[in-house]
Amino acid sequence: MKHGFQAVLRTGVRSLLLHKLRSILTTLGVLFGVASVVAMLAIGEGASEEAQEQIKKLGSQNVILRSVKPPENLASNESTRVSSYGLTDTDLQRVRESFPGVRRAVPVRQLAQEVRYGDRVGNPRVLATVPEYADVTGRPLSEGRFLSTEDERRRLNVCVLGYEVARYLLPFRSAIGEQIKIGAEYFTCVGVLLPRVPLSGDPPAPGSEVTGEVFLPLSTGRLWFGDTQVKIRSGSREMEQVELHEIIAEASAPENVPMLAAASREMLTRRHKQKDYEVVVPLELLLRAEETKRIFNIVLGSIAGISLLVGGIGIMNVMLATVTERTREIGIRRALGAQRRHIVVQFLVETVVLSVGGGLLGIMLGVGIPWFVEYWFGMRTVVTPEAPILAFLISAGIGVIFGLYPAWRAARMDPVEALRHE
Amino acid sequence: MKTIVAELRDVRRVYQMGATQVAALDGVSCAFGQGEYWSIMGTSGSGKSTLLNILGCLDRATSGSYTVRGREVSTLPDDELSTLRGREIGFIFQSYNLIPQLDVLENVLMPLQYRDDPPPDAEERAMHLLGRVGLSERIHHRPTELSGGQQQRVAIARALVTDPAILLADEATGNLDSKTALEILDLFDELHREGKTILLVTHEPTVGARAERTLRLKDGKVLEVRENRV
Repeated sequence: MKHGFQAVLRTGVRSLLLHKLRSILTTLGVLFGVASVVAMLAIGEGASEEAQEQIKKLGSQNVILRSVKPPENLASNESTRVSSYGLTDTDLQRVRESFPGVRRAVPVRQLAQEVRYGDRVGNPRVLATVPEYADVTGRPLSEGRFLSTEDERRRLNVCVLGYEVARYLLPFRSAIGEQIKIGAEYFTCVGVLLPRVPLSGDPPAPGSEVTGEVFLPLSTGRLWFGDTQVKIRSGSREMEQVELHEIIAEASAPENVPMLAAASREMLTRRHKQKDYEVVVPLELLLRAEETKRIFNIVLGSIAGISLLVGGIGIMNVMLATVTERTREIGIRRALGAQRRHIVVQFLVETVVLSVGGGLLGIMLGVGIPWFVEYWFGMRTVVTPEAPILAFLISAGIGVIFGLYPAWRAARMDPVEALRHE
Repeated sequence: MKTIVAELRDVRRVYQMGATQVAALDGVSCAFGQGEYWSIMGTSGSGKSTLLNILGCLDRATSGSYTVRGREVSTLPDDELSTLRGREIGFIFQSYNLIPQLDVLENVLMPLQYRDDPPPDAEERAMHLLGRVGLSERIHHRPTELSGGQQQRVAIARALVTDPAILLADEATGNLDSKTALEILDLFDELHREGKTILLVTHEPTVGARAERTLRLKDGKVLEVRENRV
């Protein structure tokens, strides 16, 4: 039987080679279908990996607790008042000491201060924080250093500029060692960060043409600017008292993130009388990105599926014509002892050889396209090992599904009629 | 008394033509003995082709019985009918009917390919038969590269490879020039001397007269059975 199958396969291939051009044209549908499956999966996978990496860079292990001004205060009509809300040092203490699965927690204060160098003035986000901030949020330096424990302990007037701020204030030279005026004080710039991709969870810098951030030690910030900040609005002065604007809690392991997020939400609900906080979880953004990727894959998959369907119909069409054309051969084979199943197998093998041949060429093309895209457009692509295997199985499946009907038509023929066929 | 290889008993084959029924064969009985050489003759429309189809197990009788080596054919299911054809019938067609995409050797081997238990010496057997018909040098040629006579020789080798009960030749010389036709008929004589059972369907009296016996059909009935004196 094994010998028999080899003979069938050999005959099948030879019958296809008898009409080379026709066979090649027939495989094109499957070829392009499979190529698009492989290429789309590779491009989709690359895009999603890139997105995931970006989100991970921003701290997928982090849970960000953020102070939010409660809505009733916005409705206030008094011309001058002090509103006090938001996260407190006690909250930070609780997060640090009593939370399960937290490795470290970083406090951030946002200061409403003007930043000036020479005659250039801007309002970037001015953040007072601790040295671990750079590690926890994964912000690499472009030059110099980040804040140190020494800065924090000695309440030094030093600052680190975000890339965009440094470019704005000192467009043509290094900011390191320069005196930057924040509010009424002068700070020595010790470092500049690399630019970062904006994340949807970031609040925008308030009313400023300058994006980016300026960092200074938390202790120094408290020393010079205190907890109370004055915001000047049209016709009114508003004072706000906020201890901490953000607490960034880093989980000890990625799987602890949901627990940490839940614990944070629970603690804040319990401790805060009003909703003056929000909890942002980058991991949740990541999951949302996964969902987007899934939808993307479904859409691409349907398009590829349609082209494969069309390819399959093309093959079936040609095979039906082939069966009619080879009616006499079928009659001869039947007369010489072939059972119906032999005829079915013969034509099915030919269809599968066509579709798998197209599939293999398609895989080659499908692996080539991402390479080309990566080379010319610089997009990241990832060919996972499953994609070619999946594509191969799909093309073999198409051969069987679309080959069955023509093969059945061939087998059903009456040998007497078939032999008489010219 | 010779062994009976194939026997027709009151075979009728009726075709439905619209509302009317046409009996292509109307009660044909005949017994073919082992090693006999028959010609089956008749004008077009005499039922010759229908009889050939039934003898070749390509078609079943509407009524009556047809046995090959004692086995009743009329009631066999399609698959067993195929297997029976593959084992007991050696077809030789007017237009040779070789498979164009296979070479000579593969064409000869083809009937064995459909057996569940192909003989281990299939290839030697095929080579031997191709030697017999004088085509040892051409085993890897394609049928289209051969002359009509050569193609028919390949077809004869293919018919012999299964060592069938009956060699069934349908106008086997009809497409050949007279010289080549004579060569093929000589080959049949040779096979007959070796003890093969041969049924030769033809409408040419000169060809039919080469056989030992002639079965003559007319209007679906046996007109005469005649011994030919050679």
